[in-house]
Amino acid sequence: MPRTPNARSLFDKIWDAHEVAEGILYVDLHLVHEVTSPQAFESLRLAERKVRRPDRTLATADHNVPTDGSTAAAQIRDRLSRVQVETLEANCREFDVPIYSIGSQRQGIVHVIGPELGVTQPGMTIVCGDSHTSTHGAFGALAFGIGTSEVEHVLATQTLQQRKPRSMRIRYEGELGYGVAAKDLVLGTIGRIGVAGGVGHVIEYAGPPIERLSMEGRMTICNMTIEGGGRAGMIAPDDITFAWVEGREAAPDPLPLDEWRELHTDDGAEFDQEVLIDASALSPQVTWGTTPGMVTEVTAAVPEPRDEGEERALEYMALEPGTPMAEIALDRVFIGSCTNSRIGDLREAAEVVRGRRVAESIDAMVVPGSQQVKAQAEAEGLDEVFRSAGFDWRSAGCSMCLGMNPDIAAPGERVASTSNRNFEGRQGRGARSHLVSPKMAAAAAIEGHFVDIREWE
Amino acid sequence: MRPISLIEGDVSVLNRSDVDTDQIIPKQFLKRVERTGFGEFLFYDWAKQPGWDLPRNPILATGRNFGCGSSREHAPWALEDYGFEAIVAPSFADIFYSNCMKIGLLPVVLPEESVHAVMASGNASIDLAAQTVQWTGGEDSFEIDPETKRRLLKGLDDIGVTMQHADVIERYEAQRERNGPVTTALA
Repeated sequence: MPRTPNARSLFDKIWDAHEVAEGILYVDLHLVHEVTSPQAFESLRLAERKVRRPDRTLATADHNVPTDGSTAAAQIRDRLSRVQVETLEANCREFDVPIYSIGSQRQGIVHVIGPELGVTQPGMTIVCGDSHTSTHGAFGALAFGIGTSEVEHVLATQTLQQRKPRSMRIRYEGELGYGVAAKDLVLGTIGRIGVAGGVGHVIEYAGPPIERLSMEGRMTICNMTIEGGGRAGMIAPDDITFAWVEGREAAPDPLPLDEWRELHTDDGAEFDQEVLIDASALSPQVTWGTTPGMVTEVTAAVPEPRDEGEERALEYMALEPGTPMAEIALDRVFIGSCTNSRIGDLREAAEVVRGRRVAESIDAMVVPGSQQVKAQAEAEGLDEVFRSAGFDWRSAGCSMCLGMNPDIAAPGERVASTSNRNFEGRQGRGARSHLVSPKMAAAAAIEGHFVDIREWE
Repeated sequence: MRPISLIEGDVSVLNRSDVDTDQIIPKQFLKRVERTGFGEFLFYDWAKQPGWDLPRNPILATGRNFGCGSSREHAPWALEDYGFEAIVAPSFADIFYSNCMKIGLLPVVLPEESVHAVMASGNASIDLAAQTVQWTGGEDSFEIDPETKRRLLKGLDDIGVTMQHADVIERYEAQRERNGPVTTALA
């Protein structure tokens, strides 16, 4: 398409509206959690600085939180975890930052509660000391992860020193097949562009298959943008977005729809890179290696390694090239994380599980992304569906996505996981992770190995 | 932050691509609330493997997409605490790259051939002002954002630099007040 003068992308529009001076970006919403903030608050204290806008800052405890239903930081047995959560609570008190810590009915994974409370809104700039902040881009926001020095900078100034990244648009055509989920779409995309394919770029996802996705599906896709190296992922807001946001606790009333409907890429806007992907060609995906880009179709086999990195990955994963993915026997199944722990994800998994039993060999758990998701799932009876099938039904937190809390896989254990990272040791030292969609994880729990969900149901 | 000008000395080699921050500093060490003391846990699991050899030198040369994954600044803190002052690689993950710049651990992007030459040479000299890297038998130049370079050379405090624009930020806030979320109103 020829470039049209003045045509702007969604990214351009949000950037232009927030760059207060050259290289200084205003931050509308700053989300904070216990792991990447203590040193930032400490530096503020040493420099005698204040939090500039507590009303645009929101904290929660998620990474260290035990999912056993503990209701206070004092109940956390691990001393360092307890201190970290208590430090967050004390810092928030001292600096007047609102916090939903362990025990609050609004507590949960930071990237689940932002949208759920309605503080995540279209057109905003959103940052958090967490790489999966890209999740919030599903609402047509510019959202990305930052480090602790930048957390301190945002707390003090409500801005970020930031050069404008390059832009990429990934357009999908065709239709996702039966049993093929948003998770498969994003894993397939990372497999195609590579784990560094998006480095330096803000990625807009577009096309009919994206427009048909639920907000949960869109969040899954934007969430994993960082696994393809992208700075941020975003999707233009539409009626599905507006309906999802409307009526939430912190949502504007009425919604500023005239303004929000302008948040789309103009015809003829230019991107630094364009990628076209046929969604109808995608099958359910399963990772076989130690980066999210080491991924293949469930109907395929473990590939021959192409370089030293892949050789090392296969060795760590204890997999032989040529083994059909569906024959890989599992020890654990984890349904949860900021990628796939929302009510829509749990409904999909429950549908697969209903009336069935988890295989004898499998230790399976479901961890809702927030206390509100947990309450909603329980109101719908999903907890009972999972429990009676033999799943462990847990309380909200990051859980086994990253092993900073008691939910840790043992060395050598093989996990089918709905989370976002299959890095070495991510879910526990020596643990072997395979990333899949919620339905694929649920079916794997029943059978004890991966199955092609399209044939199985 | 202390100013950076010339970084020179021996080079440690980690010739792997897509090294993620979970490897650089595993999650069990992220529970600390201090900024120092992470060096001894650098590459905690890999360091136990046979054949691992990563001397404490001023310069680390490594593969593409270094520092991918989690945004943990604990990764650059650990590398710096271990003794590295600069990292030379064909590319870096975005958040890791900014985190390094913020603490003055200089990330230098060079073409893959030059990185391999630095690895083979075993020592190098990095001149931030001139934006050059010299090694035995070769030299190359690197790009860096001019404003970031200025701050690194002078060792400036980022927040102080930004607050020179305090009036602009205040004006911006005044113009669009009560646009956006009010997190404090939820309670």
